[in-house]
Amino acid sequence: MDNQQMIQDLLKRVETLEENAPEDRLALGCISGDLDTTMAAFIIALGAAAYDMEVDIFFTFWATAALRDPKKSAKKDLLGKMFGMMLPTGAGKLPLSKMQMLGMGPLMIKGVMKKHGAKSLEELMKDAAEFGVRLHVCTMSMDLMGIKREEMIDYPHMQFVGVGSFVDIFSKAKQCWFL
Amino acid sequence: MTADELMALEVGKLVDARGTACPGPLLDAKRAIAECPMGEVMEVQSSDDGTIIDIQRWCKKMGHEYLGDREDDGFWSVYFRRAK
Repeated sequence: MDNQQMIQDLLKRVETLEENAPEDRLALGCISGDLDTTMAAFIIALGAAAYDMEVDIFFTFWATAALRDPKKSAKKDLLGKMFGMMLPTGAGKLPLSKMQMLGMGPLMIKGVMKKHGAKSLEELMKDAAEFGVRLHVCTMSMDLMGIKREEMIDYPHMQFVGVGSFVDIFSKAKQCWFL
Repeated sequence: MTADELMALEVGKLVDARGTACPGPLLDAKRAIAECPMGEVMEVQSSDDGTIIDIQRWCKKMGHEYLGDREDDGFWSVYFRRAK
């Protein structure tokens, strides 16, 4: 192989490597719908945003209810209404993964958080909107649980997608965590 | 830098993030950095001592020059020079 050919080959390989190199991007997947894990997701997302990283959070299954707006409502069938009543109406009503204690746990945690100047999940979501953190909500989960787009929070960077989008997102990311 | 040297610095932008917990001080620093003139010193005050190492690491990654930190009356002040 002559030198010219070798250089051409190498250039091509470098180009391919560059195209496939991960971007300065963090992908998070939220599934639990618990207050503690959802808060952790938003705090990590905001930390990454402070480092100028692009951040995408994928919400699926129980986590979709964290994005409901308690002030909004939507037309639903009977099953949807039942699910709607049993699922938390948004970030302010999420249970804890531990020490739920029939609802006492979240109240106690929120009291302690306030005392220590920690932001509520709702405040973290506002910061995330300001810092350009993008939220991607699984439409299949919404369908299963009868959650409608009309009852979701107003958030400037929110899309309703499927797993195809999440794969595209995490395949470009340096890090992908599911919590 | 010693605490006295830090106190003698001319501060281009002061951020009072006292009373807010993680990630508040880091976000406040990130928000305010645009308002700090290039090459000038930014001071971030925080009541969370985790902020000291957080801001050190953040400065290294973001290309700012970390100058030091000092403990004040129940809070910490961290200083760095905006370089980017």
